[in-house]
Amino acid sequence: MRIVVDLTRCQGYAQCVFLAPEVFQLHGEEGLLYAPAVADGQAERVREAAAACPVQAILVGEEVSAGDR
Amino acid sequence: MTGDLRDGRIVIVGASLAGLRAAETLRDEGFTGSLTVVGDEPCPPYDRPPLSKQVLLGQAAADTTGLPMRRDPDADWLLGVRATGLDPLGKRVMLADGESLSYDRLLIATGTRARPWPNPEEAALDGVFTLRTRDDAAGLAERLAAGPQRVLVVGGGFTGSEIASACRERGLDVTVTERGPAPLVGALGGTLSKLAAVMQRNHGVDLRCGVTITALRGDGNGRFIGAELSDGSRIDADVCVAALGAIRNVEWLADSGLAAGPRGIACDAGCRAFNMYGIVTDDVFVAGDVSRFPHPLFGYQMLSLEHWGNAVAQAEVAAHNMVNPGPLRRPHLALPTFWSTQFGLNIKSVGVPTFSDHVVIAQGSLEARRLTMVYGYQGRVTAAVTVNMAKSLDYYTHLIETAASFPPPPGAADRAIAADIPIPSDVPDPKQLSHGPTVALTGYLPDRRLTVVQPTG
Repeated sequence: MRIVVDLTRCQGYAQCVFLAPEVFQLHGEEGLLYAPAVADGQAERVREAAAACPVQAILVGEEVSAGDR
Repeated sequence: MTGDLRDGRIVIVGASLAGLRAAETLRDEGFTGSLTVVGDEPCPPYDRPPLSKQVLLGQAAADTTGLPMRRDPDADWLLGVRATGLDPLGKRVMLADGESLSYDRLLIATGTRARPWPNPEEAALDGVFTLRTRDDAAGLAERLAAGPQRVLVVGGGFTGSEIASACRERGLDVTVTERGPAPLVGALGGTLSKLAAVMQRNHGVDLRCGVTITALRGDGNGRFIGAELSDGSRIDADVCVAALGAIRNVEWLADSGLAAGPRGIACDAGCRAFNMYGIVTDDVFVAGDVSRFPHPLFGYQMLSLEHWGNAVAQAEVAAHNMVNPGPLRRPHLALPTFWSTQFGLNIKSVGVPTFSDHVVIAQGSLEARRLTMVYGYQGRVTAAVTVNMAKSLDYYTHLIETAASFPPPPGAADRAIAADIPIPSDVPDPKQLSHGPTVALTGYLPDRRLTVVQPTG
């Protein structure tokens, strides 16, 4: 599972940081850093974080797999 | 007609953010024909912004930034294959492996590459890097993890500044050189560039402005050991990153007859490419960093943007227009928007800061490291930049979109308006900088005089 955060849209509400602190971290007061590759054990927390984001900036999905080539 | 557009054969050249989002949107819009995406890198589409942040900090491996799909675009992915030419009459894309692809409609999203250090022998020294691709980031992150004595960053644009920030966070000594007067000045103008310079120095960066690197030095065995500067000084370092801006990937279109040049491929607001006579094509579309498009809010100047959000928005518009007939087509009118995280600051921008003559600090202050800078041109708001104030940005987006008067009216400010005396925006000519501005007006800077009157009497 992969995530990408639309940081153009992100306003630093940090709901994701509370819900999945091992994946999302604030860097400074409102800059967001995150781990793009989500470990299986974190998947549910990341889905909750994506649902809770007030500006809906978190996209969760699978990357294009090499098998599609 | 509509039925025809939703069928047929579409080729997308460029398998990064814009190419992926366009492919997904084509299917969302009901395209049922065959779809092929060509990319010169061997890996599936990946995200680049983390490469200068999480990856250099050692928090994420370079090969983990693969982009999630919104939906499976059901495309044939030709990865690791470079497009080498375009025949717009025969409607074929030529590939480096000797094959070619025919298309009914083509989307060009070939993006940019890092501008290399200009001296090829010096650029080939072990320890000299650029940062654009996943492989670049993996190699640089490995060197930073090994604990070099000093890192030299050439160019104080956003990429160079983010690299320097990551180095300091890792406790590495770093020198930044910039030919212009301050870091970030090309994108943000004079006042905020001074804040950027102060932030770099407060975080222990050895920042040298107004200088150029005249030579990179090797140890005789091909290893980078330092550099010589235009002011006569020398720097000893074991890693060098050339952060000199981007080059548009347009060379493969040299014989295509399209309006492709160093500033990108010119297209209309509907993402349709122009040919070299300025005639718009109807089967070749452009999106992302490689495009150059007119924007009504900025004097219809052609904009070249190197922004994540623009790649997404323009890809969506291009894909929509590729499968819809004329009257249903949409213009790409999104405001340019970008962000950068460096030295503990979250910098966000909307509009075109270089399209300005004056600025005011509408909220916060430089001292507080928390502010909103509003940019105006001839009495109207054209851009805003927030530093650690991202929640304010939407308000200013609205002011820009509605051509609100500048300075912004009371209510936009949380401080005494008496302090808000507009000062010149002080945007330099990009030719004087080491770094690329990432949001470039490709016509003219509006506060420059274009003619000089010389009295003859």
